[in-house]
Order: sequence, then C-alpha cells, then structure tokens
Amino acid sequence: MLHNLTLGELADRLADGRISSVELTRHFLARIERLNPALNALITLTAETALQSAAAADLRLAAGERAPLLGIPLIHKDIFCTDGIRTSCGSRMLDNFIAPYDATVVARLKSAGAVMLGKANMDEFAMGSSNETSYYGPVKNPWDLKKVPGGSSGGSAAAMAARLAAYTTGTDTGGSIRQPAALTGVTGLKPTYGRVSRYGMIAYASSLDQAGVFARSAADAARVLKVIAGFDPLDSTSVDEPVPDYPALLEGPLTGLRIGILREFFDGLDARNASLIHEALKVYGSLGATTVEVSLPHLPLSVPAYYVVAPAEASSNLSRFDGVRFGYRCADPRDLSDLYERSRGEGFGIEVKRRIMTGTYVLSTGYFDAYYLKAQRVRRLITDDFRAAFEKVDLLIGPTTPTPAFDIGANIEDPVTMYLNDIYTVSANLAGLPGMSLPCGFIEGLPMGLQLLGPHFSEGQLLRAAHQFQTATDWHTHAPRGYE
Amino acid sequence: MADWEVVIGLEIHAQLATHTKIFSGSATAYGAPPNTQASLVDLAYPGVLPVLNAEAVRMAAKFGLAIGATVATRSIFARKNYFYPDLPKGYQISQYEHPIVSRGTLTVMLEDGVTKTIGVTRAHLEEDAGKSLHEGLAHASGIDLNRAGTPLLEIVSEPDMRSAKEAVAYMKKIHTLVRYLEICDGNMQEGSFRCDANVSVRPRGQETFGTRAEIKNLNSFRFVEKAIHYEVARQIELIESGGKVIQETRLYDSDKDETRPMRSKEEANDYRYFPDPDLLPVEIDETFIAAVRATLPELPDDKAARFVRDLGLSAYDAGVLSASRELGAYFEAVVAALGAAHAKLAANWVMGDLSSALNRDNLEITAARVPPEALSAMLRRIVDATISGKIAKDVFEAMWTEGRSADEIIEAKGLRQITDAGAIDGVIDAVIAANPKQLADYRAGKDKLFGFFVGQVMKATGGKANPAQLNDLLKAKLGASGDAPNA
Repeated sequence: MLHNLTLGELADRLADGRISSVELTRHFLARIERLNPALNALITLTAETALQSAAAADLRLAAGERAPLLGIPLIHKDIFCTDGIRTSCGSRMLDNFIAPYDATVVARLKSAGAVMLGKANMDEFAMGSSNETSYYGPVKNPWDLKKVPGGSSGGSAAAMAARLAAYTTGTDTGGSIRQPAALTGVTGLKPTYGRVSRYGMIAYASSLDQAGVFARSAADAARVLKVIAGFDPLDSTSVDEPVPDYPALLEGPLTGLRIGILREFFDGLDARNASLIHEALKVYGSLGATTVEVSLPHLPLSVPAYYVVAPAEASSNLSRFDGVRFGYRCADPRDLSDLYERSRGEGFGIEVKRRIMTGTYVLSTGYFDAYYLKAQRVRRLITDDFRAAFEKVDLLIGPTTPTPAFDIGANIEDPVTMYLNDIYTVSANLAGLPGMSLPCGFIEGLPMGLQLLGPHFSEGQLLRAAHQFQTATDWHTHAPRGYE
Repeated sequence: MADWEVVIGLEIHAQLATHTKIFSGSATAYGAPPNTQASLVDLAYPGVLPVLNAEAVRMAAKFGLAIGATVATRSIFARKNYFYPDLPKGYQISQYEHPIVSRGTLTVMLEDGVTKTIGVTRAHLEEDAGKSLHEGLAHASGIDLNRAGTPLLEIVSEPDMRSAKEAVAYMKKIHTLVRYLEICDGNMQEGSFRCDANVSVRPRGQETFGTRAEIKNLNSFRFVEKAIHYEVARQIELIESGGKVIQETRLYDSDKDETRPMRSKEEANDYRYFPDPDLLPVEIDETFIAAVRATLPELPDDKAARFVRDLGLSAYDAGVLSASRELGAYFEAVVAALGAAHAKLAANWVMGDLSSALNRDNLEITAARVPPEALSAMLRRIVDATISGKIAKDVFEAMWTEGRSADEIIEAKGLRQITDAGAIDGVIDAVIAANPKQLADYRAGKDKLFGFFVGQVMKATGGKANPAQLNDLLKAKLGASGDAPNA
C-alpha cells in the first residue's frame, strides 16, 4: 500500500511515473476522510490546495525534476504559519487567524515540492503532554482510541501512526515530538536548538522550542531534516552550521560507538519499560556498540527548572494575543482593560492561563532570583552534566516516557502528574541537544519509545544509530490495527 | 526657611538615524500614513522574530566612544513586559542589566563660562513604541505602528545637575553631540530627541537624595527648563508646608505650565525584565570598536578648543560656533577664504547678522541665502576698506534678499567708501558752515556734539565716508572742544 512506502520508495515511484503526486495525494486524502473522524488528528484539511500543489509537483516531475520530497504529502503541526491558511495553534485565540506568511519550515518544504494535506491538532500553544488542552478537542491514539497520543504534537504523531501522511512536522519544547512519537509508535526527531529555523513557528518558550519531524523511520526523518535544517537570517538563534547530507550518513557500522546508559533514567523505572530498553541495548551490543553507565547528577532538577523557564518565556510570548490586531476579541469591550481581560480570559484555555500565571509569577520582582535565575543556573548545570557525559560517550540512551499512553482524562486534572510525563525529555531541551524517539516494543499492546540523545549537531550520528537499530529490528514497521 | 539644593538626572531618548527599524526591515521615515511602515515583525504577528540592525549597534558604540564611555563587548537585550495597545508584542525590547554603553562623561559650559562635568551612567539600545491616535475617531482609539520598532538610544545621566539651567546645558550638549555623530537628526518637534527629568530637592548639605519625581516626555529645551522650575517649586512648597514628596511619574502640561501626576510608584508596572531569548547577546570585538572609532568626526569640544587655539576666538564664541557641525563648517569655510587673521571678524558676522537672518527666515545654516564664499567676499571688502562695517550690514541685507554678490551690490548702489581726504574735507567744510550754532556750542565745551557733526557728514555722503578718516579730519577742522575760537 502507498501509505506504507518509505519516502525513498515514494520518490522512486514518482520519478519513474508509476504513481503521480495527485494520485498519492488523493490516496492520503481518502485515508484522512475515512480515518480522521475517529482520531481528530487534524484541525484543518486543505484538500483543494493539496491537489493544486500535487498537480504542480507532477509538472515539475514531468519536466524531469527529481527531489527527495517532491510531490510527497505531509501534514504540518498547526503551530507553523501557513500563508493564507488558518494557523490556530490549537487555541480559540487563533481560531480566526489566517496566517499572512509561511514559516521558514513551511517555505522550505513548499519549495522542495512537498504537498501539504492539512494542519495537525495540538495542545493549545503547545502546552500539554496529552493533546487534551486543544480548543479543537483531544486527539485519539490510533493504538487505542481511549488513550491519549501524547503532546503537544499529538495530532502530528497520531496522523503519522495512522499513516495519514508520508511524514508530519512537529515542535519539541519539552518533549513534544519525542513523547507523542513514543506513545504512538513512530519515529520522532528533535534537532539541536538552532538547527531548524523557528521563524513562523508560534512561540511557546523561545529558548527551548525546536521544530522537528515525525516519520515512519529514521531514514525518512533524515530526508526531511536535510530539507528543513539550516541557517535562517530571519531567526537570530538559528545556527550557521553547514547541513550535512543526512541520508548519506545512515549507513556504516556502529563498531566502537560508545553508548551511555543514564543511571538517573532508570531510577524507579517500570520493570517492563526497563526491560525494553535493555533489549534495545542488546541490539546495539550486537551491532558493535559498547555501553557505559553515566550519571547526570542534576537531571532530577530538570522538570522543575523547565516548568519555571518555559512558563516565564510563555507569559511574555503570549502577551501579543491581546485582542487588538489579530485573533480572538471579546464582544463589546467596555474599555481597554475589559478588552484585554475578556479577550485573553475567553480566548485562552486553562492550561495556557496556568502557565501564563506561573510565568508571570516567577518573573515578578521579589521572585525572579528565587525562581527564574535559579532555574537558569540549574539549566547551566544540566548542560554541563551533558557536556561531561559526552566526553565519555557518543550518545545516551534511555526511555522516552515513564509509561505507555494513558487514558484520556486520567491526568488532566492533575498538572503535576502530567508534567512528570516529561521527566525524560525536558533535559534535552534545557541543554539544546538533539534527541530521537524510536519504537522499541510494547507494553500491554501500547507502543513504547527508546530515546537517543546526542551532543549538539550530532543529528547525523543519531540518525545513523537509529537507522542501524531499525535495520536490525522491525518495531517501527508495526501499525495499529485498522491503520495498516 | 531652609536652603534647598536641586538634584536632577536626565534620561534622554535619541532616535537613531538608521534607515530601517532596529529589529525589522521597515523604513523609519517620519510622517508616512499610519501603519504603512509596519511589517509583520512590527505588528508582532504570531511566529515572527526580531533580527538586530547592526547599524544601530554601530551608532550606539559611536556615542559611547564620543563620551569616553565603556563600550561593552557583550551586551544583552531584555524584555520589558507591559500591556499597552501601542506596544504590539506586550513587551518592549530594551537593554537592562547589560547596556552597550556605560560610564561616560560630558563637560558642559554654563552661561557664566564655568564648565561642569556630568556623568553618563549608561546608554542602551531599545525599540520605540507606536502611537495611539484619538483625534477624529468616535468612541475608539487608533493605533499607528509606524514608529514601533524605531531604534532609540536611551542616555541616562547621573543625578549630577543642580539647576534647570545645568540640565538644559547638558541636554543641549547631548543634542549637539548626537548630531555631530550623525546618529540622530535631533528633531524635537518630531520626537526624535526627547527626555524624562528626574527631579528632587534636599536641604543643602544633606548627603542623601530627596524623593524624586520623574517628569515624562519633555520635547523642548524650554519645556525642560520650565517643567523643572515648576517641579522644584512644587516640591519645596510641599515639604515646607509639612508634606512629603512621593515617588511618582508626572506629566508636564506646557499650556498650563505645570506638572501633573501620571502614576505613582505603587501603581507602577512590574516590568518583569528577563533576557530576550529571541536575540543572542550582542558581541562586538576590538576590531569593530576600532572601526567605529575611525569614523568619529572632530567632536564639538575639540573643535571649540581648536578655534580658541588656532583662530584666537573667545571660549564663548568658539562654543557657539562649534555647537553644530554645519555651523562650524560654514564658519570654517568663511575663514578659509578670508584668512585666519580675520577669524574674529568672520565669527562676529556668522554669529551676528547671519544668525539673525537665519532666525528671522527660520532657515537652517545649510540653507543660508548667503553662502560662506559670498560672505567672505563681502568681508574682504570690509578688510580692504572698500566699505565700512555699517554699510556692510546693508550690503549683507541686499545679498540675502537679492542673491547678488557683494561687489555687484556695492557697484550698483554706489556704496564704495569715500577715502579721498579732499572730498571728505569738502563735505566737512559745508557741514560746519551750515551749522554755526553747533560749532560754537562744541567749541564752548559740548563735546557730545562731535557725534552730531559725524552724523551730518555721513548723511551728506550717504554713509560712505570712511569712518576713521572722517574722525581724524573732523577733529582737525573743529579743533578740540573747549578750545578758544581761533578763527
């Protein structure tokens, strides 16, 4: 079936004319029409523009152009601005917002000939770990419709797991790509902070946000990363480092690769989860890698540090949503403060308000030093811990999440339990490191993720380690029942 | 009654003369139709990011070097968070803990010729906000975001000034300097140069400062002076009548000539400053600083010192003529053509008749109707005694209004000075003959009448008699006053 082909296979078939982009696009649109109503993975479907882009891609193909993503359909997380198309960020605040420009990620994929099928559901303003905070309702996990898909890129992950597109984009601020990738059994890649431009990606926590990709395999993720990565003069925090030819780096033995096992990730870890990781380590052993136990002493502080820094930045980033220039405006404001209070009060959901209030508090006079500055110090300590670890090992391995997907509604009233879902993922954001989550087995029929973390700009090595694992195993090829 | 000492510190906002905004590519030109110079970045659309304009950094560094300050090799942009409709992002990007310029000094000359050194605590880069428009809109306010994102250099002084006059002298000096450096057009009507004044009073001799009030948005030197005068009087009166000054922000109303409270410290925003994660720290190296240093022009103090040293001007004249780069250039062009020996003459004319004419017609020196070459050609005629200084005033007026050269006007109007002693003698004889009573009185001791005879001769010659020559010849003819008649 077309939706199970790799990006390489799809590119070959488009190149030799066995299929057209329009046919491929119709195939995925038909799947979306049939499967998405139960999943709620999309906020906006753009069938018409998708078919136009597909027709344009077919013309380019007919003219002899060959490019890795040309004519291949994808779904963007609804956090990326798309010119002329609603960009809601999962919020009532932007329910009426038609973006007047393309995010750099969108623009790069567009010029590569990618075909956008629609915009994926997400936690409101990317704040959440379950996709339950979306104004557009929760996304269901294709492995079990009672379960959450994870968040905040839950729609992108669910769409990927359900094979509604050949790949999807996401963003990862505290684990928002890796955690849902783990909970939906797909491959997720969060690049190094600065590797991919943030321009046009609606900011949650600017110093942590990073765009990335969901794919069916590391090899597919490598193809997409090559297109979206690279310096962008419109984003001062994007890094001017050459972009390697990631797909060319996938092959090669792992002999001598030093893998670090993070002691702190195994403290109190569910035995079934731990055994999946140890099975994965055996695979790596068989591939020639060596393992070393390493410790990152400040790692247990990463969740509290994250939940100070991220809300602090969010409280400021979300100030622009004031009902004045775009987005939701309350009816009949009496005066300026009424306009602000009701537009924001009615436009934002509860989790967003919680983080704005937390962030405002930690930046306030008298609390700034105790919270924000201390969290920044912790952040430096964690970064230093990682730096020290990467002097001994080439990459770190551990679980992506403490548990498999939980029931919709199980944690939503309990923010702290919800926040602890990010326990294994937030440290990479605090340190700006690249990370991946790979399917590595199942607990009670639900997929689990193996997390790989590497030093800054080590995406090539991470992708190779992931690809070699996926060459030796087939966890990434499992599809949820009904979505094969 | 206590003897009060006034303590003033100024925060000056100078709009940097970059072509584009500090964090977007939008134009900064003044006066465009509302919101036509506001890009998605200026409008704070979701997803957009700021990108620092390097020219603004260069200009700030130039200012720092000109006041002998430390130019930081690493400075950091922070967010100042507050809600206001003309602040699209809900925060202003500014520099807080780590400004680009710190610890400079500026020497000002006061009216009595005394100089005083004022400390500049810091100068930092920030973006301007937009404007709220209330005119012509019923039950609504408009927002114009053309100005949003315009680069500002906020120059913060130490509380070193002790009078409104000192504050104005300091502000004028900064005004001169930023225009010299070509980093700000200094246009106060358009708001390119404005200041907030922190004012407090304390009993003379007291070490600690009194509670200060901050007067916002003063956009003329006169308003700064008047607002400070009002505020000082208000505070002294308040304290002497048993009240206490509260720390607050006040607005100066120029129509009523008073300051009014805007918001008190209790109502003040908690700005929740934190480093802006969208912008990297600004890192500049010694090479950059050296390159900026190489672009520094001769600074006003150096120019004034040179005028005193090389041209023999008084400190006052040198100060006036170096107050703007354009005025200095005009003056130097005149001197170049006329010769340094006549610099004082040139200075008098530039500061006198030329400046009056410019003021009268409301023109900038660069638009003077008499260019420096023409003025020096005219002054040459004074030097070579072709015309007198008095006639020169008429010649200058004619040059200004008719646009002709001095020589053309002198010829056409027959204004050439009479230096022929015989001719002057003839006129003197006629005047004496016609005024026997005055002659008698003069000789009887009314020496003031000497002026009467000078006037009569000048009148008869159309003012063209060489004054010095006339003086000598007339004295000889009249004899000393009080002399016995000898005829």
